[in-house]
Amino acid sequence: MPQIDTKLSFYDFLGTCKTRLGIGRMNYMVPSGLYAIGAPTKDDPVLVTANYKMSYDKVRSVLTARNVWLLVLETYGINVWCAAGKGTFSTQELVRRIGLSNLTKVVAHRRLILPILAAPGVAAHEVKRQTGFSISYATIRAEDIPKYFDNNMLTTAKMKEQTFTFRERTVLIPVELLLSLKPTAITVAALFIIAALLQGPRYGLMTVYAYLGAVVSGIAIAPLLLPWLPGRSFAFKGFLTGLAWSATFYLLADGREWNIFITFAAFLTIPAVSAFYTLNFTGCTPFTSRSGVKKEMRLAMPVMGISVILGVIFVLAGKLL
Amino acid sequence: MKGFSYLRNVATLKLNIKKCIGCGRCLEVCPHQVFSLAEKKAIITNFDACMECGACAINCPSTAIFVDSGVGCATGLINEWIHEQKMFSARKKCC
Ligand code: SF4
Ligand code: SF4
Repeated sequence: MPQIDTKLSFYDFLGTCKTRLGIGRMNYMVPSGLYAIGAPTKDDPVLVTANYKMSYDKVRSVLTARNVWLLVLETYGINVWCAAGKGTFSTQELVRRIGLSNLTKVVAHRRLILPILAAPGVAAHEVKRQTGFSISYATIRAEDIPKYFDNNMLTTAKMKEQTFTFRERTVLIPVELLLSLKPTAITVAALFIIAALLQGPRYGLMTVYAYLGAVVSGIAIAPLLLPWLPGRSFAFKGFLTGLAWSATFYLLADGREWNIFITFAAFLTIPAVSAFYTLNFTGCTPFTSRSGVKKEMRLAMPVMGISVILGVIFVLAGKLL
Repeated sequence: MKGFSYLRNVATLKLNIKKCIGCGRCLEVCPHQVFSLAEKKAIITNFDACMECGACAINCPSTAIFVDSGVGCATGLINEWIHEQKMFSARKKCC
């Protein structure tokens, strides 16, 4: 039985930073199986988590000086929430892992403690039927596990309250920016060539700045300012930060010198790009529903499309007239 | 959820009171406190907070809950739509 340390080393920290940046994110995993934290006996509790190293690190680091069994499921290096959604943190995998780790021999009780965010993947009554283990969904955040233990294994309202703080939003942004790198690079190259051919290289560069600003406005600024931007629609929030960037860009790039068509084009296309990226951020939040995103897309996508097409027409008109 | 709210009246969540046995599991798993328990039956008290994660439906021992859960980001949905149209095989690229 592997014994594990609850202190995180510098390498664990480095690994976390790299993962946050999306470097080798998919390969950041620990072997699945049963681990011992401290010196647990057959009566000590069993916690279940994913084999994403960040989940595992977080769980073990809060369990200093406690005796707990940790059952790590094979989720292919994906965190609890996404793995539950994708079906790798599942009833089937849990049942299988209980069998493989001989858990019925290791502990005398029949109780498992799962993170609340694993619930979309696991049917507690099925696990009970197939293995005899009953499941308690304990807390949303790993930080609350010690408090849960000290509270007689009872979940308080605070432990099951989902949050999305400034910090929680900030750590998501590097990965999102990296994920958008490829489409952004292609668009930027295309924009530069077209604008440079139409108006000269200086305009090419300006277009690139405008576009990059729109991407950052949609992926980073709007998510950071999320609760303070008015409205419920993500597309609208992204549209607002995009509009703010259009105005900033207008001032920075001497907009008064532009002809009216270019000005229109900038104010039409920049907010549209920003709105799209903010709408896409719904995939990262812990409170947006799929039906809500569908509804937003049905309304916002045509508007975005028309804005971009109009923008292009304005640029061409500005060139020809 | 404090400080955040998303579109109203869109969630596909449905509760069949007749089937409910009042076990309280849905209250335990929902990260947005959508349900309460009244007279040994679950009731939906915070419908608009539902993010369609599906936790309540899969964990309800008497299949009293329905919700259409799945990918919730624009790229994921576009890929899904493309897939439905069978234009070309989409690659899932969500979280
Ligand atoms: S989980 Fe199902 S049976 Fe249990 S209280 Fe909720 S709706 Fe009723
Ligand atoms: S789908 Fe998720 S958020 Fe909606 S009611 Fe069920 S558990 Fe709560």
